[in-house]
Amino acid sequence: MSSLSLRQKSTPLMFLLPSLIIMAFILLVPIIMGLRLSFFEWLMRDISKEPTFVGLRNYIELFKSDNFRTSVFVTIRFVLSVVVIEIVAGLILALLLESGLKGMRFFRTLFVLPIMVAPVVVGVMWRFMYNPSYGKINYLLTQIGFERVEWLSNPDIALTSVIIADVWQWTPFVFLLALAALQGVPQDLSDAAVVDGANYMQKLLRIKLPYIASILGVTAILRLIDAFRSLVVIFNLTYGGPGVSTEVMSLHLYKSAFVSQRLGLASAIAVLLLLLIVILSLGLLVSNLRNKEN
Amino acid sequence: MMPLLTMKKRQNLAMLLRYVFIIVFAAFALFPIYEMVATSLKNEVDAFSIPPKWVFLPTFKNYQEVLFEGKFFTYFYNSIFVALTATVLSVAAGALGAYSLARFKFKGKKLVVIGTLLMRMVPPVILVVPIFLLYNQLGVTNARMSLALVYVALNLPFNIWVLRTFIMEVPKELEESAQMDGCSHMMTFRRIILPLIAPGLSVASIFTFRISWNEFILSLVLTNRNTRTLPVAVSLFLTDTGTEWGKITAIATIIAIPAFIFTFTAAKSLIMGLTAGAVKG
Repeated sequence: MSSLSLRQKSTPLMFLLPSLIIMAFILLVPIIMGLRLSFFEWLMRDISKEPTFVGLRNYIELFKSDNFRTSVFVTIRFVLSVVVIEIVAGLILALLLESGLKGMRFFRTLFVLPIMVAPVVVGVMWRFMYNPSYGKINYLLTQIGFERVEWLSNPDIALTSVIIADVWQWTPFVFLLALAALQGVPQDLSDAAVVDGANYMQKLLRIKLPYIASILGVTAILRLIDAFRSLVVIFNLTYGGPGVSTEVMSLHLYKSAFVSQRLGLASAIAVLLLLLIVILSLGLLVSNLRNKEN
Repeated sequence: MMPLLTMKKRQNLAMLLRYVFIIVFAAFALFPIYEMVATSLKNEVDAFSIPPKWVFLPTFKNYQEVLFEGKFFTYFYNSIFVALTATVLSVAAGALGAYSLARFKFKGKKLVVIGTLLMRMVPPVILVVPIFLLYNQLGVTNARMSLALVYVALNLPFNIWVLRTFIMEVPKELEESAQMDGCSHMMTFRRIILPLIAPGLSVASIFTFRISWNEFILSLVLTNRNTRTLPVAVSLFLTDTGTEWGKITAIATIIAIPAFIFTFTAAKSLIMGLTAGAVKG
């Protein structure tokens, strides 16, 4: 092999090397470490000692644990609620702003703002607004004749409060994607439908929705993945409480590691959470590829 | 009744209804932000008064106290340092990697592409325990640079991926003619690719800065009282004091300032970055 062709072969690797090293060191190695650690018992306070191999005991303990099972159910309720509400609300909003409206760009910019705000800040904001004695939400509710609501102290309501905060932050994301998709609907297609006498609903159901269905599907999976990962708003809004009524899997993971100090058990939760997200991501990849083919 | 309304009138009514809906949505989107900023500008009496004082005399007392008491400037410096370092390194490494994936064919490329896409989905919380242990073993916990490196890695997959789509849109002929003139790959990359993908670089920079500036859980675990960033500071303030809402909302508003700036100066880049994943594919 001549030195020239060797150099040409190593060029792509050279360009890729910084990224590969960083991702391997900070993402891949820790993931493998976590996987290994999930088979060990290791307490935070004994961190200087060697971890003890326990096989599948952490996983068995998780499947038997009420708190873990609760966190799975809480996560599923949270994830399904936010994704359904956000997709519906975001789509409606996009249809409203889609065409012929003055000030559309202004509103579109406005709706970007919640997405940009730091999750910590979102938690802080909503905690203040939900406050039982001086929060503005209860004040506004009583003004229009409703009862006061125990947003954060009633275990039956707290999850709804968390869901509202997430819907507030992420409906705009669905809106932006749906709007971009709607703007891609070929004009002649909907013009032809109007000529054929289709009314708004027919146009929507027969032409627009089928056209944007694939992008909405991808959006739904993106939101699913993100909702499974969400932690910081809940951390600062309820810290999982009252009781464990809003303790999602990621928060349960955090508490297992840094409150109960059980690093091995926390790693087992991490492995299960990662598995779930990898499955969803593969779904995303597949549907993305399918979109490309169409 | 319908026939009484002319076509024109019905259209006007529909338009009016659309505006009403949108204004309700907009109010819902803006109210929490308004409430935060307003509370940070109220004195203690006004902040807690019910019925709320919609008209009040703004005061900067909360900001003065937040800025000049306690360690605000340390946290602020930490946040800026970490976010800027992460942005520069992650975008630089990402651009190099993206060039490689956009322009060269090599063995294992598909694996790198799919691996990168999957890495993008990794939740930060599952990295918390192993990175904490890893840094502990290496003796590099509680350092700003260590935290910045985590953010470099977390943002790399997105940056590689966004910049790759931008590079693929650059016509190949430009590079080929440059190489005929004797430019090396590195020179073509710097002189031709980088200037042409400037919009992509700004999308990548804004998103990396935003994620690093906002990030909470890794910063909470990997820093101490001297190296913690603003989101951790405000969260601890929330649990420690609980009721000093004036100060809490003041710090929260300061954390949100970059978000306001980006939204109103670079909305187009933001929308491009947010929609890139689903719409372009």
